[in-house]
Amino acid sequence: MARIDLKSLAHSYLSNPDAEDDYALRKMDHVWEDGSAYALLGPSGCGKTTLLNIISGLVQPTDGQVLFDGKDVTALPPQERNIAQVFQFPVIYDTMSVYDNLAFPLRNRKLSESEIRERVNEVSEMLELSDVLHKRAANLSADAKQKISLGRGLVRSDVAAILFDEPLTVIDPHLKLLLRRKLKQIHARFNLTMVYVTHDQLEALTFADKVVVMNEGQVLQIGTPQDLFENPKHTFVGYFIGSPGMNIVPCQMQEGVASIGDLKIPVGKGSEALSGQFELGIRPEFLKLHAQEVDGSHLVTIKEVEDLGTCKVATVLLDGQILKVKLPEFLDVPVENIYLEFLPQWIRIYADGKLVETAPQAQARTEDAK
Amino acid sequence: MNKWENNKAWFMVIPVFLVVAVSAILPLMTVVNYSVQDIFGPENRIFVATEWYKEVLTDQRLHDALSRQLLFSALVLLIEIPLGIIIALMMPKKGWGASLSLVLVALPLLIPWNVIGTIWIIFTRPDIGLFGAAINSMGIPFDHTAAPLDAWITVLLMEVWHWTPLVVLLAYAGLQAIPEAYFQAARIDGASTWATFRYIQLPKMRGVLTIAVLLRFMDSFLIYAEPFVLTGGGPGNSTTFLSIYLVKLAVGQFDLGPAAAFSIIYFLIVLLFCWLFYQALLKVGTGDKS
Repeated sequence: MARIDLKSLAHSYLSNPDAEDDYALRKMDHVWEDGSAYALLGPSGCGKTTLLNIISGLVQPTDGQVLFDGKDVTALPPQERNIAQVFQFPVIYDTMSVYDNLAFPLRNRKLSESEIRERVNEVSEMLELSDVLHKRAANLSADAKQKISLGRGLVRSDVAAILFDEPLTVIDPHLKLLLRRKLKQIHARFNLTMVYVTHDQLEALTFADKVVVMNEGQVLQIGTPQDLFENPKHTFVGYFIGSPGMNIVPCQMQEGVASIGDLKIPVGKGSEALSGQFELGIRPEFLKLHAQEVDGSHLVTIKEVEDLGTCKVATVLLDGQILKVKLPEFLDVPVENIYLEFLPQWIRIYADGKLVETAPQAQARTEDAK
Repeated sequence: MNKWENNKAWFMVIPVFLVVAVSAILPLMTVVNYSVQDIFGPENRIFVATEWYKEVLTDQRLHDALSRQLLFSALVLLIEIPLGIIIALMMPKKGWGASLSLVLVALPLLIPWNVIGTIWIIFTRPDIGLFGAAINSMGIPFDHTAAPLDAWITVLLMEVWHWTPLVVLLAYAGLQAIPEAYFQAARIDGASTWATFRYIQLPKMRGVLTIAVLLRFMDSFLIYAEPFVLTGGGPGNSTTFLSIYLVKLAVGQFDLGPAAAFSIIYFLIVLLFCWLFYQALLKVGTGDKS
């Protein structure tokens, strides 16, 4: 178990990087707490696997340091870092039995056979592999193989962190759920630091205590799932988390009022000082449709209503801007004379994609607490 | 439903039957034809049943050639397969070095077989050959035209030089096909270089190595052109392998009957060995003991 510090870490796959774009990972400083489960979430090619491989030692960073519990491990090879890694495609040793697979990392570290037997039995029981322990690993299903590769990490009592690189990609959907629950159990039982790379937000949000959202080699936000939902620090986070993602609309700010074209939307306290060109972000969950005009609402045209089974998503046009609105499933959407209301405490204002801190957020949080 | 009722389907496979018949079965039947008759001319033939087979199977020179052949093929496999794997492991995995080493390794494969023989005649000549003269100048007498052992060494060296590249290419392709995650996992599991080879690379190369063993066995068992050019089967009969003996029998002495019977037996031996290798290699390392 270990706390992981990343100190001014940056990485480029080019030998002589100079421009910002040359870096697969832009300079970052982060502290990942001991015993927490982190998910690295981001689109393909955003650098999350690179970051994972730097932590495990498979990739040497161009700049910066990686510290485990304050100890610099940047120069150490993976086998000396006490980490375990589970890969996208299950890695098993084909010619060995399940038992030998699990014993392999211990045998390489010259433990006695009686110790090995004890550890392997314990881990195989926990992973529900006891029945197949003496079968050949090559003939098992993908989820069992993935459990074996996880087990090879868990057998080592000294393991500091377990890293997962999209481990559920090749698993059948109905088994994904079981395996994910197993991971959570293991996390709860061993209190291990876990880092989980995925591009599936549902996986990230259900697995992790903290989600690290990445894009284009940068960490945009580290937060709890609730944080990411309510207070995205970046428009990308807002858009990437949530289904559908946050509505982002260019607006003009003046005296606490956002103008989208000719329409005025009051934003609330704390935004009075802002003036000029900004972006307004609001989640589809916090937009309301009304059949009559209410205070602060605006007439919109409905382009389309999708029925997702548990809810409906309406696509509306507001002064040429497309917005998504999430509606309860049972609501019948009238076709004409629809008014759209923005819930002011959920409006977020962004400048250059970054969140501008305004009072309503604090207000929303205290209201939530009540 | 009766499978045989669908007569139209049979028309669809007739072209394949014809091609296979003309290319393989008919020539083979000609050989069978010769092997059971004594043929003096088109209208003058005597059916001799298994006489040629009996003659061939009791022929001491054929027994000698067969044991020479088996020894040769065994040595070829024992040297070329491990050597090919070792070279493939040492080759760079990417970059310009990989392309360059591939081209260099593959060069011997591009040379016609009889030219190979000629190259090695000159290369190993004790007076002017680079190899032969160098060995002799070190005080070790070496002459493949006089000493049977030297002839064997030369033929083996030539064979290894010529065909190990094929094993290298196959092994290299097998190694390149292993996903990087296996090596990363092995590093994390603390596996030594040997353990990585033993438990990842070797098992993953099984398919290509099966092909390599089969190809190298068949080719070396049927070897003709190179030793024929280099030694002509000598000195004495020391490098007279099965093919060379067969050609001596058929062309040199015009004993078509025994030669045909011999060909059939030769063919069956190759088939038998390939089947044995294939069965063995399919099962090795899969834990399947049936």
